[in-house]
Amino acid sequence: MTQVVAVTGNEAVANALRQINPDVCGIYPITPQTDMMQRFASYVSDGKVDTEAILVESEHSSMSACIGAAAAGGRVVTATSSQGLALMWEMLHIASGDRLPIIMPVVNRALSAPLNIHGDHSDAMGARDTGWIQLWSENGQEAYDNTIQAFRIGEHMDIRLPVMICLDGFIISHSIERIEYLEDAEVQNFVGPYKNFLPLLDLDKPKSYGPLILPDLYHEYKKAQHEVMAKVTDVVLDVAKDFEKMSGRSYGLFETYKLDDADIAIVILNSAAGTTKDVIDEFRAKGVKAGLLKPRLFRPFPYRKIADALQHTKAVCVMDRADSFGGYGPLFMEIVSALYHAKDKPLLMNKIYGLGGRDYLPEHAETVFSELIELANGSPLKNVKEYLGARE
Amino acid sequence: MATGLKLKELSKKEDLFTHGHRMCSGCGAPIVVKMILLATDYPVVASNATGCLEVSSCIAEYTAWKIPWIHTAFENAAATISGVETMYRSLKKRGKMDKDIKFISFGGDGGTYDIGLQSLSGAMERGHDMIYVCYDNGAYMNTGIQRSSATPLGADTTTCPAGIAIPGKIRPRKNLTKIMAAHNIPYVAQASPSNWMDLMKKVRKAHEITGPKFINILSPCNRGWRSKTNDAISLSKIGVNTCYWPLYEIENGVTKITFKPKEKKPVVDFLKPQGRFKHLFAPENEWLLTKMQEEVDTEWEKLLKEEQCV
Repeated sequence: MTQVVAVTGNEAVANALRQINPDVCGIYPITPQTDMMQRFASYVSDGKVDTEAILVESEHSSMSACIGAAAAGGRVVTATSSQGLALMWEMLHIASGDRLPIIMPVVNRALSAPLNIHGDHSDAMGARDTGWIQLWSENGQEAYDNTIQAFRIGEHMDIRLPVMICLDGFIISHSIERIEYLEDAEVQNFVGPYKNFLPLLDLDKPKSYGPLILPDLYHEYKKAQHEVMAKVTDVVLDVAKDFEKMSGRSYGLFETYKLDDADIAIVILNSAAGTTKDVIDEFRAKGVKAGLLKPRLFRPFPYRKIADALQHTKAVCVMDRADSFGGYGPLFMEIVSALYHAKDKPLLMNKIYGLGGRDYLPEHAETVFSELIELANGSPLKNVKEYLGARE
Repeated sequence: MATGLKLKELSKKEDLFTHGHRMCSGCGAPIVVKMILLATDYPVVASNATGCLEVSSCIAEYTAWKIPWIHTAFENAAATISGVETMYRSLKKRGKMDKDIKFISFGGDGGTYDIGLQSLSGAMERGHDMIYVCYDNGAYMNTGIQRSSATPLGADTTTCPAGIAIPGKIRPRKNLTKIMAAHNIPYVAQASPSNWMDLMKKVRKAHEITGPKFINILSPCNRGWRSKTNDAISLSKIGVNTCYWPLYEIENGVTKITFKPKEKKPVVDFLKPQGRFKHLFAPENEWLLTKMQEEVDTEWEKLLKEEQCV
């Protein structure tokens, strides 16, 4: 029986973690994630989970302890945001390099300086190259569903990789939405018992984790990480199929909205996709064939399938809620890479929007679609990359 | 079934840290590790900070460790083992683990006094059942003898070289053992491989105490100390006999000096055989020798008073 609730994104994800009841959870506060792990700490204190919480003194130690715990042999979770993810950065590579399926919700927030606690994607984009699988979530429901699916993906015996579940700070983490919860038993049955792989605590077969690897082997070790990523997309789709059977909610590698016959489109991650869909409806009502593509799986990035979905359009704006200063936005770079090999490709522009929690309003999407109409009609592109809605 | 602390019995025990590692000949660290593992009569899992011991003992696809061992990074050996220990407790609670296992972390002074201090402090405060062992050779030896906060006053290192303007390290060592004692953990000790029985007794005692334990062990490095390859034990013995490296323990807040030299030797006896202090014997640097002796005397007096306070 589905339970319909009105809860925040943080509460929904904390509840998913309660239902999964992991063995160890690393807890350290950082806005806007704090409230998620606080809730989980209450579940621990109230005996609603069997999890051993480890109340670390920093995010660096949180990820270090999670790596130790996961290597020891069991299901491990933690969560973070922004500076916390940045502090973990060194250890993120070690979690993936050691092939440990740690699951971590990342409540996306801007990076300092200047200090800003509000939502943007700079944190997770900075962790793009750490070897983690990244699932992105438009709303609380998707964050809840992605969290449950992440365990099956990361712990899959062909994969064994850590997974980040990204959700927008405050906009999703702190907003109350209608969310459908699955039954505890359904979630536990879906996720299944943890399968051990080379546990450190196996005293009969002592193992050494984390050796020094010299140039004779390091290259091959990294190639293995590259190769395993190629298997992830199929697993994500298989898990999504099973999840749909259970929940009735369908997930792919990305979501499209009125894209099939679209002339112009916006590519955008997470919560801003909702606003964009509303504006697409407005433009469709005016007879403009506008559409949207919202990536869900950002690492590994499904280049070919995204190119197939976009190549028929005339002009596309890729919207980035993070910047690579001196370069294009990180999502834009992926979309350009995806389309380079396509036979037909749309004209492309890049807008940087909503940094540090700046609201993304319908008028912003309207501006972008108006520009896209002009571009599709042959107007020259002035600047490939521009900041959207910046004060003069 | 505990093995007696007698050489005859200990020599029959299997070495859990085996030959084939690539530590320099004459290094103190593998001697310390062997003594600790020989003194351990429980199944044991170890973590290791990045450093000499780590890079030389497990080079893919070989390992010198016959126990489960994990290295993740430089500053987090304590956090890493705290995660392993937490998973162990979680699995025990859920009935998935029936063995009694002990947990040890090994770190050099760079990985412990400096970059790993926060991780160590956090793990001690959280109360994990573990022993943290610092093998203190007084500098970042793995990267080529750079100054750490454990480097003694006056020492010549590659980042505080003895020059005309600055005569080596001009700051005294950090007293990490006391800092760990200030965490009010049940057991803190200082040991030296020269006094092997004392070292192994301390390890034995630490294993029998539940909760966080810290042992700081002097570990000569002939490359960094600019000394002979066969003097690790004799130099650490002089370190103890000059009271540069006092052997003591603090158990539940009570200080006990476990070895008092019959005759306290002058600190120059410890400095003279080491090339890193060679420049101190030039007339213009004599003040540093005086200062060093004063510091050793002050610390030793403090320790004697602490012991009497009980």
